[in-house]
Amino acid sequence: MGKTLAEKIFDSHLRDEPFPGAKVLSLDRVLCHEITTPVAIADLVWREKDRVFDKTKLKVVIDHVTPSKDTKTATQAKILREWARRHDIPDFFDIGRNGVCHAIFPEKGYIRPGFTVIMGDSHTCTHGAFGAFAAGVGTTDLEVGILKGVCAFREPETIRINLNGTMPDGVYAKDVILHVISKLGVNGATDRIVEFRGPVVDKMSMEARMTLCNMAVEAGGTSGVCMPDMVTVDFLWKFIKDEFSTKEAAFADYSEWVSDEDAVYASTLDVDVSNLEPQVTFGFKPDCVKTVKELQGTPVDQVYIGSCTNGRLEDLRQAADVLKGKKIADSVRGIVSPATPKIFQDALEEGIIQIFMESGFCVTNPTCGACLGMSNGVLAEGEVAASTTNRNFNGRMGKGGMVHLMSPESAAATALAGVITDARTL
Amino acid sequence: MQKKFGGSAIFLDRSDINTDEIIPAKYLTEVTKEALQPYILEDLKLDGFDPKGEKLKKATVVVSRENFGCGSSREHAPWVFEVNDVHTVIAESYARIFRQNMFNGGMLAIELPKADIDQLIALQEQGDVGIEVDLEGQSVIAKAGSEVKKFTFEISQFDRALVDSGGWVEFADARY
Repeated sequence: MGKTLAEKIFDSHLRDEPFPGAKVLSLDRVLCHEITTPVAIADLVWREKDRVFDKTKLKVVIDHVTPSKDTKTATQAKILREWARRHDIPDFFDIGRNGVCHAIFPEKGYIRPGFTVIMGDSHTCTHGAFGAFAAGVGTTDLEVGILKGVCAFREPETIRINLNGTMPDGVYAKDVILHVISKLGVNGATDRIVEFRGPVVDKMSMEARMTLCNMAVEAGGTSGVCMPDMVTVDFLWKFIKDEFSTKEAAFADYSEWVSDEDAVYASTLDVDVSNLEPQVTFGFKPDCVKTVKELQGTPVDQVYIGSCTNGRLEDLRQAADVLKGKKIADSVRGIVSPATPKIFQDALEEGIIQIFMESGFCVTNPTCGACLGMSNGVLAEGEVAASTTNRNFNGRMGKGGMVHLMSPESAAATALAGVITDARTL
Repeated sequence: MQKKFGGSAIFLDRSDINTDEIIPAKYLTEVTKEALQPYILEDLKLDGFDPKGEKLKKATVVVSRENFGCGSSREHAPWVFEVNDVHTVIAESYARIFRQNMFNGGMLAIELPKADIDQLIALQEQGDVGIEVDLEGQSVIAKAGSEVKKFTFEISQFDRALVDSGGWVEFADARY
């Protein structure tokens, strides 16, 4: 009987099985940010166990509220900064070099096929795009990960999503994943791995695959995964070229981390994207999804483009293509946050930042801030946002505010019109 | 050391209650669990629920529906329960990270089938509901007025070990 990618990773990383079904895995990466890590650090200090299992496997960033907005967030940043210095952690990203965790860590080449990755952040599932097992965890799991380099999970079962057909113009990975979540439901993948397969995924860039995997948790999934292939190798090549003689050699090596043809799945969902339309959420759950056309004309107060879901260069390009030479509606506040300094710089060089600014967008630094209503674009009571982020929970971007999730292209079109707009109707 | 389970119940009769509702992100800037205490369930969208009400104040057990604790991985959600003496959650199902966070902190996330939760929720009509948890017998005994109901649940050996040892840090530190 064949194995899924997740089963292969579990087998190869199994450190202990203290009780039947409880798999304790050794970790290749423990990622840390300033919101969920400081309490773990404080507890380790209190227990007189202020150590790290392997400083090269820890990757640390200040990203959620940066630059700090008040004394409390400055204190969180300080705790993380001092801890990183104290343990001489080489890969620590502070102001000027910091970006949204799930954008900057892949960009630096830290995530590889076959890796086990945890972080105190639910969207850690993003990193499964590289053929890794990547799971969001709480602070206690993070604390044990930092100290011991292990984490416990139940035996993984995988849901296979076959994405067939051809992507229509104006339809992106965000539209696909919103559609998939609407099919699975918000707990349709709980305790499961969500494996994205098929010709549509094969043609997707790593950025688009990260968008897919990023929202696996919105269906309850433990990790999203894509199979490593030449697209993965091309993306990683500048980081791995000393490890392999050729790209083909790297591809052959990574093929170890592909699900077997006869692997057993908990369930399979076939989706033909050929007739898919741009998607948007309504209400307060990410599985409440309609076509953008169905919500066309709904007024919005703010348009936000950014986050670990859609703050990458490809996303900014799509939005800029819509905005070029046009002005956003007077009634709308447009905010864009390139997810990393490199993305910001590349967008500058391509003229994308200029397009955003000329259209009337405010360009902010890389940060998670607005997505979870912490900084850089919080909504007031009763306000509505069109957003490229991942959660439309009640009050997510500010108490009493409402969020409609959509692709960067739809968000840009909505900014121009001031009401929810299908970009293809402009 | 094992925590105290059971007690006075509050019923949150809705599925998909997320961790943003349990503790909004703006309070994640606190660096101690205790500081979260006043903000429990502040943004919960549920008819008739008052986050500042007496019912929540005296509750030590939360009863809810499907997919409880979905969304953000923030352990601040179990923590805000812990510092309000809510050590037991009973629901039809949980989001993975929330359930793991509860057991990792040595607390209980008990799963009961929908029919049992229906009965538990109906029990409110008899008056305030008190809940006893028998870990050895893997059962929940609910009392309201003169009515008593018993429900059985399953807990994995691993989750039980976490509860007995006081949490994952204690367990892992002793073993790895």
